[in-house]
Parts: sequence; C-alpha cells; structure tokens
Amino acid sequence: MKYIDEFRDKEIVKGLISAINASARAKINLMEVCGTHTMAIFRSGIKQILPSSIDLISGPGCPVCVTSQSDIDRMLSLARNKDIVITTFGDMLKVPGTKGSLEKENAGGADIRIVYSPLDALAIAGREPRKEVVFLAVGFETTAPVIASVVSDAAQKKIGNFSIYSCHKTIPPAMKALLEAQELQIDGFLCPGHVTSIIGSRAYDFIAADYGIPCVVSGFEPTDILETVLMLIRQKEKNRACVEVQYARAVRRQGNVKAQEMMDRVFEPADADWRGLGSIPQSGLRLRKEYGSFDAAVKFRIPSFKTTEPRGCICGDVLRGVKTPQQCRLFAKACTPENPFGPCMVSSEGTCAAWFKYNRD
Amino acid sequence: MCLAIPVRIIKLDGTHAEVDANGVRRDADVRFVDDVKAGDYILLHAGFAIEKIDEQQARETLELLKNIYYDQ
Repeated sequence: MKYIDEFRDKEIVKGLISAINASARAKINLMEVCGTHTMAIFRSGIKQILPSSIDLISGPGCPVCVTSQSDIDRMLSLARNKDIVITTFGDMLKVPGTKGSLEKENAGGADIRIVYSPLDALAIAGREPRKEVVFLAVGFETTAPVIASVVSDAAQKKIGNFSIYSCHKTIPPAMKALLEAQELQIDGFLCPGHVTSIIGSRAYDFIAADYGIPCVVSGFEPTDILETVLMLIRQKEKNRACVEVQYARAVRRQGNVKAQEMMDRVFEPADADWRGLGSIPQSGLRLRKEYGSFDAAVKFRIPSFKTTEPRGCICGDVLRGVKTPQQCRLFAKACTPENPFGPCMVSSEGTCAAWFKYNRD
Repeated sequence: MCLAIPVRIIKLDGTHAEVDANGVRRDADVRFVDDVKAGDYILLHAGFAIEKIDEQQARETLELLKNIYYDQ
C-alpha cells in the first residue's frame, strides 16, 4: 500500500458518486476550509462531477492568501534591509504588497532564498554567521510545530543570527468567525486533514455542539473527498451535527500531542489580522517571551505602515466564501497568475489560482 | 501549504530518517512520531513527519468504500 493510488480507484469513485447522487436531494452548501482541499477538488474535477444541489464553497484556508497586507508590507521592509537574508516558502514570492513584492525586491538586489523546510533556513544561518537570516513563518497548525522545532533548535544551538517573522494562524477561530458573521449558509465543513493530524478532531466539537454544523475531517485524494461529502450529506439528512473523521489513517481525536507540546512551548495564542476576515481574537501564534530574541519584528524594529489593498481586488470576499473569483472584474483579465493583483491568484492553493487553472468558462 | 505526502522510511537514525518519496530520497525529521521503523509510512510536511500513517485504518477505509454499492 502506497496510500495514493488506492484512494484514486475509479471503481470506488463511481460507487461514491452514485451513492452521492442517490442521497443528494435538498440543496446543501459545504465549505472546504483548506486550500489544499480546494486545489485537490479542482484538479480531480470533483466540482464538476457533483450534482448541482451540492455547492462546494472555498474557505479561508490558504495561509499566504489570508496574510494581511500590513504583514506583507512589513516583510517587504525586512527584505530591503541589506544585512538580512530572507528565507521563505516559494508561494510568498509574488504576493503584491502596497508597493512591490518579494520577487521585485529580489530583482532589485535583496537576498531572498526559497527553502523547502525551515530547517534549511536554520542551516543557512549556521553556515553564514555574519548574515541575519529571517524566515517568513506563514502557515497553519500543520506548519507551526515544524517552525517551533526549528526555533527551539536555534535556541539550543545558540544560533543568534536566525529569527522568524511570525504570521501563524489557527483554523478553528477562523471557522467560528465565519459562522458568527452569518454572511452565508454553511451546512457542513470539510475540515482540513493535516491541520487536524496535529490538533485532533476534538478541536471542532464546539462547531457541531454550539452551531449545529456537521464537521468531517477529510483526506486529500478523490475518494477521500467524495466520501467526506457523502458523510456530510448523511449527517444533514439525519438532522445530526457531529464531528466525524474520514481521514482515519492520519487523524486521531486527540491529534499529535508531541507536536502540540512543541507548538505550545514556543508559541502562545494572540489576536491576528486576517485578510478578508479582519482581526480575530486568539487566532494567531506569537513567540513566547523566552523565545523573544528570535522575533524578527522586535529584533529589527519594523515600523507599521500605512497599507492599501489592491484596488478592485475582492480576495477578502473570496476568502470568506461570499463571492467567487468570476464575480471579480479583474479575474483573468487584469489579474492572472503571471500578473497577480491579490494573493488568491498567487498561491498555488489560492481559490482564484484554482479557478484560473481549472474552471474558466 | 498544508500539503503533506505519504513517504516510506528507508533508514532511521535517532530522530532523523531517510525516506522514499515516490522514488526520490529525502530527509525527514521524525521527532513528532513515536514507534516508527524502517518500512513505515509517514506524512511528510516541510521536512517533518507530522503523523505516522495507520495501515489498519487505511485498509478499513478502503474496505468500506469498496462495499459502498451494497450499502444503498
């Protein structure tokens, strides 16, 4: 078993689709919270194959996309500091700030290096002790323990020229904010598989209990997503709301306790600004005091900027699921992956990028 | 960015593993997962194993899915 092809089996897909067709009667709006799900849904053509009564709405689960404009601008100001080497995941490169992007700063001489893992960023700091190496820490609970480990390693190895700019965000508070806003009818959540590998399925108990919304934690292959849709329809049919795990091979109720401990040791919850959703209480992660010397925002005294979001861009509405990319007048005209106006067109997991690649009429 | 891929452990040395990612050799930090050994599959994200894949659960899921026609 290799855990990929088995979950793309055509016969199973056919069986699931006919089961969904047989069950789907009433109109149902399901939100996939995670950007990796959005991409998987588009790539496999699931959106087109489902009956029209089922609407899959993309949510705020692309970390690059929800990074606020002021955080982007502050990252750009770090990049302009000649003493600093910026290390980042590749998705951040083209995200437009109020003025420029990391890619443009790079062309202008800034030292910006794409890394696969924050471990690589720490290795650069070890190799180049005369330079200040800053890692742009963008990501949800899947990524936060990884970055926490690297900060903890840096402390242990006393690598003082390494720091992070933390834009970490956590998913359950964002789901709560979406429900509280009551802008759209959500009948069920496809919960993010890998975030939940870390935090555990119990993290969504309050959504089922307090808001009466069914939650199913889903894997990322086509049979995973289709089974999740079927499980959500069946909960709705039976008028039930509970948390179920479709992705049982990788998700436990209590999550990965070791990873949670590492995350808690290095980070503490803090209010955070989300593009499109605004400030959400306790939805971000900042470094604890003990690790304060690894905080690039403090270390380099980054000022606050007056920021402006790209004119005409509706990324914020797209991230809340209240508009689709095709309702944006810039989509596929002025705004393309080559020349993006907003982050949802930049990230490979952005909803606009997915629509551009797979769903243009 | 929450992409994680199933990879097979080839060699283990403390919390460091050498893994096979669909034919490509890679390094993985396995400090978050307990009781792993060569041959096990883990989910690899940004150089770290975020979870061990439970083979028994995977088989049960597939069994259930293969029978889905008969459930109706």
